[in-house]
Order: sequence, then structure tokens, then C-alpha cells
Amino acid sequence: MGRVVLVTGAARHLGGLMVRSLVRDPSIDRVVGVDVEPPRRPLLGAEFVRADIRNPVIGRVLASADVDTVVHMGVIATPRQAGGRTVMKDINVIGTMQLLAACQKSESVRHLVVKSTASVYGAGPRDPALFTEDMTPKHPPTSGWAKDSVEVEGYVRGFARRRPDVTVSTLRLANAIGPRVETAMTAYFTLPLIPTVLGFDARLQFVHEDDAIAALHRAITAAKAGVFNIAGDGILAMSQAVSRTGRASVPVPGALLGVVGRALAPAKIVDFSAEQVRFLTYGRGIDTGRARRELGFTAPRTTSAAFDEFLSGHGLRPALAETVLSGADDAWRHIAARGGVGA
Amino acid sequence: MPDARVIPLDPDGHRGARVQAEVAGDTLLDFLRRRLTGDYEVDDFGFDADLTDHVLIPPLRPLFDRWFRVEVRGLDNVPSAGGALIVANHSGTIALDSLMTQVALRDHHPAHRHLRMLGADLVFRTPFLAPLARKAGHTLACMPDAERLLNRGELVGVWPEGFKGVGKPFSERYKLQRFGRGGFVSAALRAGVPIIPTAIVGAEETYPMLGNLSPLARILGLPYFPITPTFPWLGPLGMVPLPSRWIIEFGEPVHTEQVAADADDPMAVLELTDAVRERIQQSLYRLLVQRESTF
Repeated sequence: MGRVVLVTGAARHLGGLMVRSLVRDPSIDRVVGVDVEPPRRPLLGAEFVRADIRNPVIGRVLASADVDTVVHMGVIATPRQAGGRTVMKDINVIGTMQLLAACQKSESVRHLVVKSTASVYGAGPRDPALFTEDMTPKHPPTSGWAKDSVEVEGYVRGFARRRPDVTVSTLRLANAIGPRVETAMTAYFTLPLIPTVLGFDARLQFVHEDDAIAALHRAITAAKAGVFNIAGDGILAMSQAVSRTGRASVPVPGALLGVVGRALAPAKIVDFSAEQVRFLTYGRGIDTGRARRELGFTAPRTTSAAFDEFLSGHGLRPALAETVLSGADDAWRHIAARGGVGA
Repeated sequence: MPDARVIPLDPDGHRGARVQAEVAGDTLLDFLRRRLTGDYEVDDFGFDADLTDHVLIPPLRPLFDRWFRVEVRGLDNVPSAGGALIVANHSGTIALDSLMTQVALRDHHPAHRHLRMLGADLVFRTPFLAPLARKAGHTLACMPDAERLLNRGELVGVWPEGFKGVGKPFSERYKLQRFGRGGFVSAALRAGVPIIPTAIVGAEETYPMLGNLSPLARILGLPYFPITPTFPWLGPLGMVPLPSRWIIEFGEPVHTEQVAADADDPMAVLELTDAVRERIQQSLYRLLVQRESTF
């Protein structure tokens, strides 16, 4: 008997990529996608169930499809995607509780894979350069998506204790980036004027959207219990990332970033919550050694390469700097040539 | 006709100068291109070698060579490759001593090594200072970062006295303060790298701290607010360091792999910490006697 995988959050971009990746895997028989809204692109080769994981209907889906692996990708990052912070928190926390309650009752579920985020480590001046999975946050998140994710991970740990027979893998992903994915960070870097925190230069890490899916897929097939950090190798400094976009930055004091940011980015999913401002101030790095050793997974693209693919996907490049520099280069050659003639 | 005579005489000289100018021009343009288009690398700690070599170290050189006339001793005690921990005394109100040690190792060590320094969290909380420190190779003084750097074979610098050392009054000059909790010794033991006790003479006299306005320091969130013979009386001019004569001496390494000590044995760690501290204190006394003049 082959495997049956259920994916929550399947209507959104990463969830859709996950479903398509699983459909292509011959070792997996059935893929069931679940979400509150219909998928934007049809999920060919998979079944889709339009259900709200916040109510107990999810238990019947698990039982009727005889699901053995649950991939939880239903945690929403920004209030705008959910239709308000209250709904977002509901979907994230209550949704996870309902899902885990259903898993606990299920006799078929053997493996749970949770897509979490590196933002559970918080961000601040007392952070080590790179977090390993066992480190406790120095500045625990206090709001928003990061706080929800901390709570989600808490419920997942509780579930793992109550059902020791189920293999539970939690993946803490760095910010996913790429040509197609839309997140608070991709929206941030596509702003015409990018507001940055005056006097700070955050260390950023990204994982390419396809590599994030590859990591989750690897976790599904490897069936290794534990928490794993996932990120592209290397670090980009915020100033460096902004230079690569070719957009101008507006440095403002951290306390004003929220106000200025919201003025510069109306009707965008850019996040300027207190938590995100801390991240844009200090940044964060995670150590991916455990995923390399235990899952055998290394992100094929570095942080820098992932960011560059995002840029080319959006047609962004440092055009002005390139023009000015080639102008300076020509002028220099001209002067050098003139000097040669003069001598 | 006069032209015909001039041309054969100096083409080489002119060409040489021109080639040099062109190379200089190209590297400057290359540097600008890298910076303006973000096409450079920073490591996991945020260290920016490109910026450090081209922008941050050059202004420190005249200070090192001309102002403090730093004499560097014992460079052969610093390995050319692999991890090692430089442990030094801290003094001088602002941490110029760490910057001068960085220049000493980058410019004068045969392997031109970058020094990676461990700093207090205050540094990483302070606007403008925080990103500058990271780009120059500092990271937070914490066990995971120290071990990670040493395991990668980096040369790591630590000033275990911290603010107690830089912010001590002039009357206590060259008296080593408490050496933290010995965290640096455990890090070196775990990584199995040598500890190089280093004595720095001269930094104490750059900004002799006569008093400390602690209420003002509290308001500003600083560890101390210094009063020196020139600051704040002379305003910005008072921030010019006195031109003391410096000696940086890298002492004989303590080979932790040969020391029968366990990083998890607090007694052994504290004893080794004390031994390193004592070595530095003795070197300081010896160097002070040898130093001919303060300025």
C-alpha cells in the first residue's frame, strides 16, 4: 500500500507547489489538499477538499482518505492574507489545535510534518550569529506570525508527547523567496522606496521557494523526527540586498519605521509590525547543520542566489548604479587615452 | 624636432606611471561597482572583508604608525593558520586597543590575518556602531559564536575585562580587572585551540579617565561617561587621543590541547583563566619597565 499525504494550506502558493511536488513522486499514491478557499491554480493529479481546519470536519477527511502523512502548511504569515489579525490568529492557532486533535484520534496517521518559521527565534542584539535548533530565543517573539508559530510549535510538541508513535518533523524555514512566491519580504523588496532602519544593517537569510518545497518533501520521505532549520547558505546584509534591487532606500529611525512604511506601502502585504521591525533591525541567522547531517538536505541555492532569482523574476537590478559606473568607466578610459595622447 | 628628442627619453617612466594610475583607477571603480551593486560577500557573522580592507582599516593605519608608533612583539607566537584565541588587557576609555591589535595582525603578521573580535551586547544595540562592528569582524561575546569562529579556524580576539577594563579610572592603570567568568577559556578548550596572552601598553594613556559622570551615563544608557584632561572641556577636540607610545606583545601560547583540563570542569577553567590573567599582568609590568617614555 502506498502513501496518502494530506496537505493543509494547499490553496496558497507554497501549499500548491508542495501538492504538485508530491503528485510527481511515484512513492506517493494519493495527495489530498485542504484549504478554506479554492486553489488559484488547479491541483492536477490531487484531490482537493474545501474545508476549514478550524472545525472538526478535518477529522472526517483524515479518516475517509486513510491519510498516513499530514503536512501542515496552513499557518498564515500576514493578516491581509487572512482578512484581519483575529481571523489569522484563529486559523493559525485554533486551526492547528483542531488538526492535531484530529491527528491524535486518527489511527492511520504515522507522520506529521510542520512547516514552521525561523522567526520563532525572535530577533535582537543578544542573538548569536547563527541559531541552532536547541537554542532558546534571547528575544522571544511577542506578536504576529512569529508568536503564532511559537504557539503552533508548542501544540505540536504536546501532540508529539501524546502520540510518541507518530514521527513529528518540524521545519523552521528562513524567509522563502523566489520569482513567484509572495510574502511580506518580497513585497518589501519590491517597494519603489524601501524604508530601512537607520543605523542598523540586518543580517538576512533566504531559502528559495523550490528549495523550501524540496526540504519539506525530503522530510516527508526521510521520516526523521525532530526540529530542523532550513535556509540557503550564507548571509546577505540588508544594505547589500537593497543595493541589488536597484531601489532607493529611506533610512528612518526604527521607532518610525511602522508609520513611514505604512505610508510608503499602502495596500501591500508588507509587514511593519513591532516584531517585523525588530527583524528588519537586527536580522537573524540559523545554522542548517542538523538538516544536512540528519535529513541529508542542503538547499541547492545559497541565500544570495535565491535572492538574485527573486530579483530577476521581478525584473529588478541595480540599473542606475550600473549606468553611472559604466559612465565613470568610459570617462576614466577617455582621460587615460587623452593622457596618453598628451604625453 | 625637439619632440623627437623628448619621446625616446621618458616613455617607460610615463608608461609606468600611467599603468599604475590605471590599475588604481580600475580597483577603485571595481570596489565602487561591488559596493553599489551589492556584489560582495559577508560571512555568517556579518563580517565584510572587502569593506574592512578598503575602508575601515586604512584610516587606522596612520594612527597605528604615526600617532601611537605601535611596536609589535611576538608575532611568531600567533599561528599563520588555524584557530587561536588572543586574550588581551583592555583599557583607554574607548576600545582603540582592539582596533590597533586588528591592524597589527592584518598589516604586520606574515599571514596578514583578520582578527575576529568578541564584543559586548551594548555594541550590537547601539545604532551605527552595531553594523560597523559586525562589518569589521566583531560578533557578540557568547559561547556559541566564540566556538563557531574558533572551529572555523579563525583568529579570535577577546578582551575579558570588558567595560570594567576600558572604563577604569586612570589611577588604576595597568591593573587587570576581573576576567569575566572564564567563558573564553572554555571556548578555547572545547575548540582545542591555543590561547595567546597578549599585553598592550600605551592604550591607558590615550584618554586618561579622571572621573566618571555616572548619572549622565545612566541617562544616556552608557556604561560610564568619561571625564579626561581634555574631554568634555575641549569639545570634539577633546576626543583626540593623546599620542602615547604603544607596545603590543603577543605572548607565548598556552596550548589548551596539552593542558589536562576539561571545559566542563569549572575549577580547571577558573585556574586556567587565572593563569592567563597572571601572565598578562606580568608582561604588563615588564613592558612598563622597558618602555622608555610614555609619549
